[in-house]
Amino acid sequence: MSLLEIKNLHAKVGEREILKGVDLVVNPGEVHAIMGPNGSGKSTLAQVLAGRELYVVTGGEVIYEGQDLLAMSPEDRARAGIFLAFQYPVEIPGVSNMYFLKAALNTIRKSRGEEELDAFDFLNLVKEKMKLMEMDQALLNRPVNTGFSGGEKKRNEIFQMAVLEPRLAILDETDSGLDIDALRTVAGGVNALRDPQRSMIVVTHYQRLLNYIVPDFVHVLSEGRIVKSGGKELALELEESGYAGLGIDDEGEAA
Amino acid sequence: MMAVSEQVGVWLEEFSKLVSPEPWLKALRERAFARFAETGFPTTHDEEWRFTNVSAIARNHFPVGGVDVRLACSRPVQALAYPPSHETLAAAEPHLGRYAGIDVNPFTALNTAFLASITMVIVPAGAVVEQPIEITYKAEDGKTAHPRTLVLIGANAQCAIVETYKGAGQYFTNSVTEVVCGDGAVVDHYKVQQESPEAFHIATMQVQLGRSANFSSHSIALGGALVRNDANAVLSEGTEATLNGLYIVNGTQHIDNHTVIDHAKPHGTSHELYKGILDGKANAVFNGRIVVRKDAQKTDSKQTNKNLVLSDEAVINTKPELQILADDVRCTHGATIGQLDGESLFYMQSRGIGKSDARNLLTYAFAQDIIDRVKVQSLKDSLERILFEKFHEHAH
Repeated sequence: MSLLEIKNLHAKVGEREILKGVDLVVNPGEVHAIMGPNGSGKSTLAQVLAGRELYVVTGGEVIYEGQDLLAMSPEDRARAGIFLAFQYPVEIPGVSNMYFLKAALNTIRKSRGEEELDAFDFLNLVKEKMKLMEMDQALLNRPVNTGFSGGEKKRNEIFQMAVLEPRLAILDETDSGLDIDALRTVAGGVNALRDPQRSMIVVTHYQRLLNYIVPDFVHVLSEGRIVKSGGKELALELEESGYAGLGIDDEGEAA
Repeated sequence: MMAVSEQVGVWLEEFSKLVSPEPWLKALRERAFARFAETGFPTTHDEEWRFTNVSAIARNHFPVGGVDVRLACSRPVQALAYPPSHETLAAAEPHLGRYAGIDVNPFTALNTAFLASITMVIVPAGAVVEQPIEITYKAEDGKTAHPRTLVLIGANAQCAIVETYKGAGQYFTNSVTEVVCGDGAVVDHYKVQQESPEAFHIATMQVQLGRSANFSSHSIALGGALVRNDANAVLSEGTEATLNGLYIVNGTQHIDNHTVIDHAKPHGTSHELYKGILDGKANAVFNGRIVVRKDAQKTDSKQTNKNLVLSDEAVINTKPELQILADDVRCTHGATIGQLDGESLFYMQSRGIGKSDARNLLTYAFAQDIIDRVKVQSLKDSLERILFEKFHEHAH
């Protein structure tokens, strides 16, 4: 059985229709890259899957592990194993990274019928994962993402993912704003989480990230529809000839 | 609104029964009562009371009763109380009413008219007091209390003061605290208002600051049905003053915070941060006046009021009032009124945290900012516990 099945998905924000019939099937262990110019609907797709209320689904369906995903609240989706690494991680002053992550992990564990981790076990787990992401432990006691550099925020997203161990990870432009060293670290963290039972949807504008996170499939999204799908070669093809080579205006509708 | 004479009548009856032990106190009380009799309770026509209707206090008259004041301090702090000690009266005479005069507002006049007990704290010059000085006022159900406190801090002394107001049932607390900080004194003051949900609480704190003194006050308001706080500070040359506050209201609670920071001399610095959390049909008022007198050049003053409004029916009125008479100063002010941030909520939910828990966590975090500034660890711990329970309870 496939892990995720998106059928003819339509979504709008305000009066503007952004997704105009997206179809996608993701099986366990697969990594799918979704590429496309600005404004093509990549981030919208990522946010719709995570349950952002700002976007209104106007048609189609999404089946996750045999369940109607669109009927679930964002927290229930997370508890069911969906994780969105945000393009713009949110700063939450006053809530420490540590407290936030512990609350998240224990809620998710509880919903899986697992025991909550105590402070000691949690700290051990966190230390191990921070090492993987080459993160400074001092960040744990800082408020969530507050005053973090762009690179630190992105690392923090993948660090959270490593701790929460999702079944379906959606990475929304995780490469944007990263220098090559940070990109390697982030990609290394992601690759360490590749697993036959874990699937990923990697949303990106540029092919660069896919040199490090090698996808099984590449899909090109344009004006709210997947216009081309292929293997990892498709990404290289795009790198060569650009979106224009597919007859797509790289500027899209809006940034 | 009742006529002034009618309002004053019930108080006059009680006032005439008072016995004064000292002629000067009798004279002070009489002047104060005459002042109150002249003005009566303020009405919403009075600019200073525009958003706070105190007619419920005039209507529900509680007979004058006592207040149970507990004072905990360590040497070399001197704690005096009247009654029983007449020495306290002698020590208080040169100061009483000199800072919080009967003209400050009608409630200060009323407090002074019924001045029957005094709590007095004296911190000797140069003393560095490690233990916080704790004053707890416990109101009596069905009574009116007029607690009066005088804190005299000598030059270059250092101390922390925690005032806590509590009670059960329906009552009216009308308190006045006068604080005098000598030159170079470093004082950390906290007021924790945990009155009962049905209480009326009106309080004036008047602070007189010496040269290069550093005074910081945090006013944490949690209880009461109808609450008005006046926190006023007069600065001297090179003085640094911080007036911060946190108010958390729900149901039909009404809280009004009025502050006056008076830069009377040059090179003064003042910081002000008041944060409010409003839910239900609660009402809050923030009015921050900053006065920079003509010769108070090089004043640096910053005022911020931030409000988190959790319901559609809560109301906040916020107003800065700047009176700047000097020309070489820096004064900034800002006020915000907002709701919980949707993106932050979604971010937390996307990590598995339930919506109501996420709301509570964000609300708590909003208040945390003020709690983090509390330097008395035991107080900080207890405030964290209170807030945690408050927002946890709210979720269910």
